[in-house]
Order: sequence, then structure tokens, then C-alpha cells
Amino acid sequence: MKSLAELKAIRERVQSQVGMRAEDHNHIRVVVGMATCGIASGARPVLTTLANAVQEKGLTDKVAVTQTGCIGLCQYEPIVEVTEPGKDKITYIKMNPEKALEVVERHLIGGHVVEDYTLNGADIK
Amino acid sequence: MMTEISLNVLDVSENSTRAGAKLVEITVAADTAKDTLTITIADDGCGMSPEQVASVTDPFFTTRTTRKVGLGIPFYKYAAESTGGSFAIASSPGAGTTVTAVFGLSHIDRMPLGDMSGTIHTLIVYHPDTDFVYTYRYDAASFTLDTRELREILGDVPFNAPEVSQYIMEYLTENKQEVDGGNLL
Repeated sequence: MKSLAELKAIRERVQSQVGMRAEDHNHIRVVVGMATCGIASGARPVLTTLANAVQEKGLTDKVAVTQTGCIGLCQYEPIVEVTEPGKDKITYIKMNPEKALEVVERHLIGGHVVEDYTLNGADIK
Repeated sequence: MMTEISLNVLDVSENSTRAGAKLVEITVAADTAKDTLTITIADDGCGMSPEQVASVTDPFFTTRTTRKVGLGIPFYKYAAESTGGSFAIASSPGAGTTVTAVFGLSHIDRMPLGDMSGTIHTLIVYHPDTDFVYTYRYDAASFTLDTRELREILGDVPFNAPEVSQYIMEYLTENKQEVDGGNLL
């Protein structure tokens, strides 16, 4: 069995860095809808992919990945909302892990909205 | 419809956190002799009135105002009952809610349990203000993860710190493997 002793060691290592991440209001917020509609259409792998990618690319100082409930657009789930301080919210719809990685590369790192995947850009009128 | 039981557990537990629960206890127990898979989700959230309890299994009942259907609980109930199992909700206002689903373990219509460790990990990491006690049992063997114990060790280090998040996932995966010996449920 994996024990809790290991966690003590992690705490020692990590504790000094924690204060640096406190500035939450400067973060880009990435929010995944995780109600019944989101979960049933595959939101969990999208959330996991986003969280892992943000961690692997070393973006945790500027990007915060979180989840929320039903956004009210169940037919477009999985939905990912990206909010940058001072900018309009971008709503990505019908996401999957591949699209999520593209959003990390092109939007979160590159600074360009992936229009094809957004609620406004998709051909759904 | 959900594709894995673990996604139902994630969904129903989200309801617990939204009911303001401070503590959510999730138990997954496989009993090969009785041929059952029993899943209990117990919270200390705001609870429901008897009228609400009677209505939640109705797909056309929801407390939400943005839409007219509430499918989470009906999905879960149907998934359990279609395997010859049972489904029950016990709740009272102020005391919390306990949802118990029993599945026929070897029933052909039982969905796979799926990524249960992933579900628990998601719940813990994304609900930093809620405590979780997760027990996974396979016949006589079991393990428990209690986030109150983690919190005590971690102090002000959050669950979503990358190394901690990874540790929690490894803890869940490795201990599950040891309990069920790699048997896929």
C-alpha cells in the first residue's frame, strides 16, 4: 500500500513555492462544465487533458483550470470557457481532448482564439 | 446515458458538493460471493424534503431553472435496476443525503465501473473546500483515502499543487490495484 509518509516529503518540497501562486485574479481562467450533460458527453477527459497540459507546459503560474456546473447550453457540451483578465469570455463548444490540446497551444500559449471551436464561430445558427 | 458507473458517481457526488456538503463519503464495494457491486454516496449537505426525494428519480424534475430536465439521478437509478439491483435515497433537510445503488456484479447489462480513481481524483482536486472519505472494497480487502488526513499533513499546500495532485492519483491507482489484484470491475 502507498503510504501517507510520502506526502510529508512532498509537503516539505512544495511548501516554499505555494505563496507564488496566490495571485489568482491575474490568471487566465479555464472552466469546464461538469454537470450531468457535460460528464455524459465527455467532459472528464477534457478536464484531465487541460489540467495535465497546463502542468506539463509549465503554465500553472498564469493559467488556472477549474470546473463548474451546468452552463445552460447542454446540447453543446463538453463546454470550455476561457476568461482572460480584461478580455471577453471565450466559449469553446463540443470539445474533446484533441481540441483541448489545440486550445492550450494556440490560445493559452499562442494568444490566438481558435475560432472554429467557439460558440460564435461554429456553424450552428 | 453515462458510459461508466464511475461517471454516475462523479455526477451524483457533484450534487453533494452543490448541496453544501462539508464531507462526502463514497464507498465502492464488490462482493463476489453475493455477486453485488454496492456504491454508497453519503453527504452532510442541505438534504431534501420527502417531496423532493420522491421527485428526483423523475427525469422531468429538477431544482434548476435553466432547463426542464434532471437526468443525473434517473440515469443512475436505471443503470442499477437494469442489472437486477436496487436504488435508494435517504435524505432529510439539514442532515444530508445518502444514495445507495446496488448492481448485479456479473449481470450482462452492468456498465463497467470505469475510471473510479479518476472520478475520486477529480472530486478531491476540484473541490478544495469539501472533504472526501473514499473506501474501495473487493471482498475482504479494502483501502480508504480520507482527505482530512491529507489536509492535516499538507497544511496550507493545496490539493491542486501539481505534485500533490499526482500523489493523490498514484495513491488511488496503486492501492486499488493492490485491493482488487487488477480485476477489472
